Amino acid sequence: MSVWIAIGVTAVGCYVVKLVGLLVPAGALERPLVKRLAALLPVALLAALTAQQTFADGRELVLDARLAGVAAAAVAVLLRAPFLLVVAAAVVVTAGVRALGG
Amino acid sequence: MAVGLSGFAFGVTSAGSGLTVLQTCALSLLVFTGASQFALVGALAAGGNPLTAAAGAFFLGVRNAFYGLRLSQLLALPRVVRPFAAQWVIDETAAVALAQRGRRQVRIGFAVTGLSLYALWNLTTLLGALGAEAIGDTDAWGLDAAGPAVFLALLAPMLKSGTERAVAGLAVLLGLGLLPVLPAGVPVLAAALAAPLVLWAEGRRQGGRGER
Repeated sequence: MSVWIAIGVTAVGCYVVKLVGLLVPAGALERPLVKRLAALLPVALLAALTAQQTFADGRELVLDARLAGVAAAAVAVLLRAPFLLVVAAAVVVTAGVRALGG
Repeated sequence: MAVGLSGFAFGVTSAGSGLTVLQTCALSLLVFTGASQFALVGALAAGGNPLTAAAGAFFLGVRNAFYGLRLSQLLALPRVVRPFAAQWVIDETAAVALAQRGRRQVRIGFAVTGLSLYALWNLTTLLGALGAEAIGDTDAWGLDAAGPAVFLALLAPMLKSGTERAVAGLAVLLGLGLLPVLPAGVPVLAAALAAPLVLWAEGRRQGGRGER
């Protein structure tokens, strides 16, 4: 039951924040500072999420095979590889390093 | 397709965390924002209380409000359509739509990405949940690296100037540095402060040189 409560609260909360973004009056975006901020916030969030999902194990920071995988993805990004290839590189290299005992 | 891979990874992770197939699919259908879903099942698996787990997932979802903020202006949707479009406001649709030029292209990019990702994400979640037992240890398959790779691929095209790079760098430091000391989900929100901090620092520097 408690899992369903968590699912329900998360679903409602996440939907409401999505809707709020779309419903905020356009006038709120007319100011250049707000525009700059709205453009930079995804940069900050995606960077933090990338780093956390690479190094975090619960609330600890660890170095493991994921780092090799994400590094491979970064190389793929620099080589302008398509999206699928970037993710595939991360998955394959991570699995490979683990298989080798890394 | 990358989303298909992470949808599959989510299905497997969620089922592996003790959620039923129905609960796993309900998450993908109703929440439809990957990072929040991963955070929620992670917190539940760690024995977190449902409301704390939901709070962490919610904080991760807050970024979608900022995507919506940017998209609403470019999409210029009628108010009655917005509640239906809202569910598709996520990292990937925002990235694709914001890369388009012209309102028509933005709308097409948003609708096509939203529809195909929603279908793909839910289908692969189901497959992942059903296949969880067959696969065994998902980490051995490297599927835990799919998430950060997706985020990295979305982030890279946004790093256009020194300002974006400074924001990304500071956000990484805040996100990692605060991880051990703040409750799950909060460090990401704190890392979002990198954006106003860098803008403020930039404004001060330019103000100091009298370039305003």
